[in-house]
Amino acid sequence: MSYRFSPESESRLNKLLEMFPDKRSVILPGLYLLQRELGYVDREGMEALAEKIGSPISLAQVYGVATFYTLYNKKPVGKFHIQICGTSSCYMRGNDKIEKHLCSKLGIELGETTPDKKFTLEEVECLGACGYAPMVQINDAYYENLTFEKMDQILKDLN
Amino acid sequence: MAEMKILTKYIDDPRSNELEFYESVHGYDGMKKALQMAPEEIVDVVKKSGLRGRGGAGFPTGLKWSFIPKDIPKPKYLICNADEGEPGTFKDRKLIENLPHQIIEGMVIGAKAIGANKGFFYIRGEFNKGIDSMQKAIDEAYAKGYLGKNILGSGFDFDLVLYAGAGAYICGEETALINSLEGRRGHPRLKPPFPAVSGLYRCPTVVNNVETFSTVPHIIDKGADWYSKIGTEKSPGTRLFSVSGHVKRPGVYEIPLGTPLMDLINDLCGGMLDDMPLKAVIPGGSSVPILTAEECKTANMDFESMAAHKTMLGSGAVIVIGEGTDLVETTYRFARFYAHESCGQCTPCREGTHWVRDLLHKIREGEGTSADLELILSLSRNMEGGTTICPLSDACVGAVRPTILKFKHEFEARLKDKAAQPAATGV
Repeated sequence: MSYRFSPESESRLNKLLEMFPDKRSVILPGLYLLQRELGYVDREGMEALAEKIGSPISLAQVYGVATFYTLYNKKPVGKFHIQICGTSSCYMRGNDKIEKHLCSKLGIELGETTPDKKFTLEEVECLGACGYAPMVQINDAYYENLTFEKMDQILKDLN
Repeated sequence: MAEMKILTKYIDDPRSNELEFYESVHGYDGMKKALQMAPEEIVDVVKKSGLRGRGGAGFPTGLKWSFIPKDIPKPKYLICNADEGEPGTFKDRKLIENLPHQIIEGMVIGAKAIGANKGFFYIRGEFNKGIDSMQKAIDEAYAKGYLGKNILGSGFDFDLVLYAGAGAYICGEETALINSLEGRRGHPRLKPPFPAVSGLYRCPTVVNNVETFSTVPHIIDKGADWYSKIGTEKSPGTRLFSVSGHVKRPGVYEIPLGTPLMDLINDLCGGMLDDMPLKAVIPGGSSVPILTAEECKTANMDFESMAAHKTMLGSGAVIVIGEGTDLVETTYRFARFYAHESCGQCTPCREGTHWVRDLLHKIREGEGTSADLELILSLSRNMEGGTTICPLSDACVGAVRPTILKFKHEFEARLKDKAAQPAATGV
């Protein structure tokens, strides 16, 4: 059974299709809408998006775009997707220590999801918050200038 | 020393992102003035001001605008590059979140100058707060008649669309950004043709950075002479520097170009974290050659002084490194970043960045040999100077080779000896 966008996403997609001189430009915002609905992008959703945009856009083109960009999750993630910045500015302010702390608190390794599907922990490249390091992005929000205590409190609040 | 706040004068006000507040502090005055000017006049003022692009390459803004062909029937496009992602760089995010109207104002002026009726604000997808702030500002500007048809009765139309990227550093490169906006993979394009002739949807296009657009209203409002007197002769104006690493007060600071690097570190950033000795500074984002503590003493924050020190001002990201920092580890992490972000189009970059990363990983683990170090240096010569479509490969070399050459003893100490790792620093 093919994927159906929600009415809100459907109307947003219709608006997007009018906004650009070339409807191909809707692939990125379309994938974003799909991820907002599902938490990740899957084959059926991408097929539905390609169909919505219409010829000459095919599933292959949507898939090719989705796999290029790291923002789109190609597999399901936990309810809280914790992305810790591992680039050098963050490393210099102790991101490795926060990372170890998170792994031991959640009982998982980097790239894994907790068995209750609540948390996914990943190390990512620069998130553009170098002056406020160490930092994590959890779903849409940035949490900066982290200490062990602050990180514990954030996890507690999410729970 | 103190900051010289022109673009960031009101950035810390809790209402700085609101239209009403922005108007109360002479916001949109520059745009109103520009709407009454001829396009050539606007380009001339920006040219005379000496403003150089604030995204990294430092190309003169007025000159870039003047490259747009005037008598082509195709539409022209204006793009704001808000895909900030160079490690060390976090200045644009502050402008986007706190002063979105200043950017919109700069874009309307730029659009009038090049004759564009449609523009795009390409923002990195992770900046959710910035996306909300900018979309709200765009909606407010439309409601007030600062965007859309016949802006303030001037007869000039300009539509602005926000477009969120999806986590690819390469999309900060203007032709990759254009590809991404067209719904493609962020693969840089061969130049020529340059975007000014054939850019977005194969039409004439100008791409400028957030900070560049934020500067333009002030230049139009107060004049080219006023602006060109600030800073140095070849690097006029102020610039935002994002300082990270081992300083007491990391953050974004606006200072006149030409300010000594050590004044920025000691006065504005409060000196070194825990009073540790300075080891090195990367003065313009991860891709530019590192400066030793000794070189930092004579370096000024302007294009000329940086060139004299064989490095660059880049994106204005100052990464301060304290004594005790493991440079093998930081260099490995930079190489890992470039390997991850290589788009894969060109062999020297696709293979080179990954190879350099793997060799540094080997050295970091104490399993390297002197041949590995030599191989990195030899490889890097094939990764730079025009062997690839865009400069990402060169950027990887800039992040790795100068550090190996200037701190060779540190890398050599790690060969076959993992225990030679310096004490870790940080929180």
